[in-house]
Amino acid sequence: MRFPALLIAPLLVAMPLQAGAGEIWVTNEKDDTISVIDTVRLEVVRTIPTGERPRGITFNSDRSRVYICASDSDTVQVMDPATGKILHDLPSGEDPEQFVLAPDDRHLWIANEDDAVTTVVDVETRQVVAQVNVGIEPEGMAVSPDGKIVITTSETTNMAHWIDTETKKIFANTLVDARPRHAEFAKGGAELWVSSEIGGTITVFDVATQAEKAKIRFEITGIKADLVQPVGFEFTPDGKTAFVALGPANHVAVIDADTFKVRTYVLVGRRVWHLAFSPDHKQLFSTNGVSGDVTIIDIASLEPVKSIKVGRFPWGAAARP
Amino acid sequence: MTVEAFPVAGSETVGFLKPHPFIALRAIVHRETLRFLSQRGRLIASLVRPLVWLFVFAAGFRAALGLSITPPYQTYITYEIYIVPGLVGMILLFSGMQSSLSLVYDREMGSMRLLLTAPLPRWWLLGCRLLAGSLIAVLQAYAFLAIAALYGIRFPWLGYLLAAPAMAAATMMLGALGLLLSSFIRQLENFAGVMNFVIFPMFFLSSALYPLWKMAEASPRLRDLCALNPFTHAVELIRFALYAKGNATALAVTLAAFVVFGLVAVWGYDPARGMTARKA
Repeated sequence: MRFPALLIAPLLVAMPLQAGAGEIWVTNEKDDTISVIDTVRLEVVRTIPTGERPRGITFNSDRSRVYICASDSDTVQVMDPATGKILHDLPSGEDPEQFVLAPDDRHLWIANEDDAVTTVVDVETRQVVAQVNVGIEPEGMAVSPDGKIVITTSETTNMAHWIDTETKKIFANTLVDARPRHAEFAKGGAELWVSSEIGGTITVFDVATQAEKAKIRFEITGIKADLVQPVGFEFTPDGKTAFVALGPANHVAVIDADTFKVRTYVLVGRRVWHLAFSPDHKQLFSTNGVSGDVTIIDIASLEPVKSIKVGRFPWGAAARP
Repeated sequence: MTVEAFPVAGSETVGFLKPHPFIALRAIVHRETLRFLSQRGRLIASLVRPLVWLFVFAAGFRAALGLSITPPYQTYITYEIYIVPGLVGMILLFSGMQSSLSLVYDREMGSMRLLLTAPLPRWWLLGCRLLAGSLIAVLQAYAFLAIAALYGIRFPWLGYLLAAPAMAAATMMLGALGLLLSSFIRQLENFAGVMNFVIFPMFFLSSALYPLWKMAEASPRLRDLCALNPFTHAVELIRFALYAKGNATALAVTLAAFVVFGLVAVWGYDPARGMTARKA
């Protein structure tokens, strides 16, 4: 009996998924490494050692430098992405978890979880420029597209702190639901979105007035409400769709950013932390902490395509063209 | 191959210059199709069973699976997605056994004796019967896949195409098993035994409901038993084909089981040597 599948299967396997070339860099909390994933081959092509417990990761605008929060080494490491060599460390303050690089490519705003401060570091002089006292256990960091506002969210105080980057002073504090973990500006800087892990919500603020504009809630059939814990999220380049990692609910929510309604949920690995788009924005990569893998979601079909093993407890993710 | 004129009642021309074996094939397929179409309840019954499993049983286990990714899956899936190829296997299994039941019925009614007296090799006649049953089983399976697609469980279009030969291989193997069993069953009443000793163990001791790694968590021996079950390989063949992938081991085991069951069935139907001789 003929069975064409046997003949066709190798061809299908050999056919690459349609995507632009690029890399996704994933920090592995437990392994103290970075896994570099090729976005065409969808496999780990490089593993680079880092300091202890790497979490937040970001590239500068020309991708010539990558900054890594080595939380347990109490430092931010600066790496040459081409060689994978650590060039130097930056004075970050204690236990840096997340950070954000200002549009000037020079000022790194770092949340120091244990110290209740946000540290501003000049990456060229490698000096601490300022420290801003914020709420207890700061974590989420965001910078407005014009670079004038920086947000720090504090996990225990349950607040988003609005910092004027000029004066380096807090000019507003807004309450959000329990344990805010991540913040992002949307709609060209007109909106601020903050995810609350324990509260299970995303709060949307009007930036001009700092007033609450909307609250997004999640409900997944068959999954207990207390497992739905929104953490990292990302917007499509047109700003119309948001993808939200829901932690131990093992799903990524797809949200219409105009109506604030959940369109669908995509099944990924266990304990999904953060997300990163491929450079061509056709795929989304989710870091699944407990299952130790990264799930790739096809943006056009909103279907999970593949999950690939990385190091232990993958956490942060960033794209490099 | 025999080529001869064979006048058929009600038709003077049919059969002239046509190979006799194909007239038999057409007649048997036609009879089985008519029989299936006249029993509308049979189609509904064949679909209700897997649909209840899909909508009720699988829904309850929605979040139970998904900790380990095994081929052909490349990422995490819900239990409902996992179970669909197994339920396709269930349709083919029940269909194979159903044809075994109707063979026993035919034998009791005497139409089987009439069929076997046709001047054609016995293996050919039984093969035709098997083919007819398989065709109907595959159509039932596609009807189920269409409902599953409406429910939201879809496969790549190439998968639907490649599932046809995989399902054909699986259903021929299971049909051959039905044929074999029918040669051993004396009366219709004994068919309940087939349910208890063949269908249930074959279905539950397979990868239809749980992957083998999950079985191994419960007991490695259970996993080994499942791995020996040809139905496991039939289900895996269908599962891989639905994702446009091949599984050489599953194909080899399914075909080997088909050959073995087929040969024993032909032997069983031989009046001189097989089971029918003893019954006569």
